[in-house]
Amino acid sequence: MNWNSAADFFAMGGYGTYVWGSYAVALACMAVEPILVVRRHQRARRELQGASR
Amino acid sequence: MSTNLRLFRFASPAAFYPLAGRLVPWFAAVAAILAAIALYLGMLRAPTDATQGDAYRIIFIHVPAAWMSMMLYVVMAFWAAIGWAFNARLGSIVARAIAPTGAMFTFLALWTGALWGKPTWGAWWVWDARLTSELILLFLYAGYIALVSAIDDTRRADRAGALLAIVGSVNVPIIYFSVIWWNTLHQGASVSVTAAPKMASVMLLAMLLMTLAFWAYAFAVIFVRTRAIALERDNHAAWAADAVARAPMRQGASS
Repeated sequence: MNWNSAADFFAMGGYGTYVWGSYAVALACMAVEPILVVRRHQRARRELQGASR
Repeated sequence: MSTNLRLFRFASPAAFYPLAGRLVPWFAAVAAILAAIALYLGMLRAPTDATQGDAYRIIFIHVPAAWMSMMLYVVMAFWAAIGWAFNARLGSIVARAIAPTGAMFTFLALWTGALWGKPTWGAWWVWDARLTSELILLFLYAGYIALVSAIDDTRRADRAGALLAIVGSVNVPIIYFSVIWWNTLHQGASVSVTAAPKMASVMLLAMLLMTLAFWAYAFAVIFVRTRAIALERDNHAAWAADAVARAPMRQGASS
């Protein structure tokens, strides 16, 4: 383990903005995309169910 | 003969739909577990780099995202070509399902590259061969998506998209070899098949695990999108109505 404290970890040796800016956007993209595809799939299912009734 | 039949059974959207549905939760779980291990190794266990400080930790998403952006393009062009050459509808559907995820990884590679470039090179962006060819990859994905959605006749759109995808795939080796062919600001490959990796083994392990996590993520998301597109296209087909009626929401338990 190379961090002495949580503050140390979040500072990333002075590169916090760059490192966390990268990880935050990656996390956001990979959280939003699954939500969007699941919604698209559910919409397609709903339309089929509506059509069959 | 019977093996042939078995091999191509899942080439039909009707057969692939429940199979993909069963696989998605497994891929999602594998992605989450591997990403957690990779983050633990990369952020907590890997030592600080001697020259780049902790800014180098961007590598654990930058390189996997860049690899995915190129691999997914090749896979997309491959399935688009299969869909075109053999008139295999599922191939074209999968190609379309890959494009947004590939574009997302390309964007991530560029974004994390900018955030890495600023502290190490002093510039968010430079027009060097590696960065420019990766930007062209993003435009190729965007062009493919725009083209297939602009043509109303679905199969015609598939064929036009396949042509664009195949021609555009010439860009992938250009990205890969750009750091060798031209003098670039971008550093050379950290990992290659022919030479020992130029990094500590814990860093390498974190990066490879993150790559596998991204692969699993891509499979999960692309399979859900494939299912969605298959239903949208075949919304008058009996199999689609059956599939929806048989599995009320969530899973695809059946045979």
